[in-house]
Amino acid sequence: CEMSEEYRESAPKGPPPPRLGTGDQKCVKCKEGLPVVVIRAGDAFCRDCFKALYVHKFRAMLGKSRLIFPGEKVLLAWSGGPSSSSMVWQVLEGLSRDSAKRLRFVPGVVYIDEGAACGQSPEDRARTLAEVKLALQTTGFPWHAVALEEVFSLPPSALRCSAQEAAGTEGAYKAAVDSFLQQQHALGTNGVERQSQHCAQDPQSPTGPPTTAQTQALSRLFDSVKTLTAKEELLQTLRTHLILHVARNHGYSKVMTGDSCTRLAIKLMTSLALGRGAFLAWDTGFSDERHGDVVVVRPMREHTLKEVAFYNRLFAVPSICTPALDTKAPEKASIHRLMEAFILRLQAQFPSTVSTVYRTSEKLVKAPRAGCAAGPRCLLCMCTLDVDTADSATAFGAQTSHLPQMQTPVTQARAAAGPCCCAGMGGAPGCCKREDPRAQVMEQLCYGCRVNMKDLPSLELLPPYILSEAQLRSQRATAEQEIREYLLGDSEDEAGTGES
Amino acid sequence: MAAPLSVEVEFGGGAELLFDGVKKHQVTLPGQEEPWDIRSLLVWIKKNLLKERPELFIQGDSVRPGILVLVNDADWELLGELDYQLQDQDSVLFISTLHGG
Repeated sequence: CEMSEEYRESAPKGPPPPRLGTGDQKCVKCKEGLPVVVIRAGDAFCRDCFKALYVHKFRAMLGKSRLIFPGEKVLLAWSGGPSSSSMVWQVLEGLSRDSAKRLRFVPGVVYIDEGAACGQSPEDRARTLAEVKLALQTTGFPWHAVALEEVFSLPPSALRCSAQEAAGTEGAYKAAVDSFLQQQHALGTNGVERQSQHCAQDPQSPTGPPTTAQTQALSRLFDSVKTLTAKEELLQTLRTHLILHVARNHGYSKVMTGDSCTRLAIKLMTSLALGRGAFLAWDTGFSDERHGDVVVVRPMREHTLKEVAFYNRLFAVPSICTPALDTKAPEKASIHRLMEAFILRLQAQFPSTVSTVYRTSEKLVKAPRAGCAAGPRCLLCMCTLDVDTADSATAFGAQTSHLPQMQTPVTQARAAAGPCCCAGMGGAPGCCKREDPRAQVMEQLCYGCRVNMKDLPSLELLPPYILSEAQLRSQRATAEQEIREYLLGDSEDEAGTGES
Repeated sequence: MAAPLSVEVEFGGGAELLFDGVKKHQVTLPGQEEPWDIRSLLVWIKKNLLKERPELFIQGDSVRPGILVLVNDADWELLGELDYQLQDQDSVLFISTLHGG
């Protein structure tokens, strides 16, 4: 036994040790400890070295990005699942460290109760919520437990992308760190205490349970969706809107989500399949600035799900298992499910699959198509619209061409309203409403969201904030178009008179 | 002839939903000709513990990709995976990392 140890020490870069029945194998890092987990294709780590690596990865992710300013309010999006629980735990640990290594932002936690969308019974929901609240209270952070039903009382402004904050430059970060340190110094140890007190002080009481009508409306909406794929996407959209609304309402400027490297690899492939290729960099990158004032950050994106599961097990990180939309669903039930099975099966045979896909996502650059940067945003996913009339010759164009095009809402409206109202042709319902609400929503969506909404037979079931914002935007577009035509006509006239 | 073994089988991460929501199972594996390994344990679980949708837990002769196996809190990859020979009083844990459990 000792002999083999010496041999391995003298040749640390040798071939990986045989994997079968190796009771005498040692940790690749410290060469002493008994290994408990194999990560990164064959590297065996002992408990302590694994913990050190795990914690380091989390802190390095936050540190090297220089995105989270000291003293900044950060909202942790916690679903109860393993990755987000591990993230909350990392923040808890990071805040309890000695001052030099202490994380310096001010966290809060948000939990979205999706029970109604997933068809949970009221009793099960109540039980889960009680468990959730208990877990939230033990963190000592301010917390917000919000039912997904609240989307029915969101204001249309939730869909507006607020003006971009001054981009966090290197200099700004340094200045913020310096001023924070000065503050801390002036306050002495008192400041630290006060800060932690503040954390424990005002646990935001949740805004009452949802009304039965809202719960019914939500289940009606989800029941109406024809495919599990579209349900998953809709849930994700509504959840994001709600989390951002909570963040804005309570002055959080960052939201942290627990997406792991495995999940992001799956998400990348799923997004491609869903026609969201143009937005991969936002959907899977470390930071997502599409919402302007609130930036979404993914600090767990270097951790694989295996590492998360092992860490949570070895260090007793509590998590709450709640059934999701796809619980017990067969492998081919949705694109999400299928892609997950595909990636994981490939990973089982080729252990670098996830990391290869994930590295690809890291290299993607956030650059919208030329001339589209300031263009209109998708109503649902808030990405810069990727639909273009110039694409009409492609398959992509063919799929979207039957929808009214973004560029010509006025002519569309006129064409629809003209013959209908004047000649009373067809007597289509809502002919005097200027435009069909479905078209009104559809024309403001990106390609991926359009395809998705095809599986929603009646958009009227969507929460009111989406419909009214769609109407508002469409009216604004019409008005703008009219003004532009007026101005254009004017200048043409002028040009004409000038010439003659 | 291998003697009967007493082992603890545990499910987590949502895998327990396929076992009536019960996480911990104290089981006795009967004596048999061949020694008990994980491969034969999986067959036994499928026959005796699994309540529904076996394809969501077992694929081929192994667990479905995305389900982790820990023997006495150590990665089964260190122990020979399916070929690990079970000892009396071992604890075997299956954690699902799949979405929705």
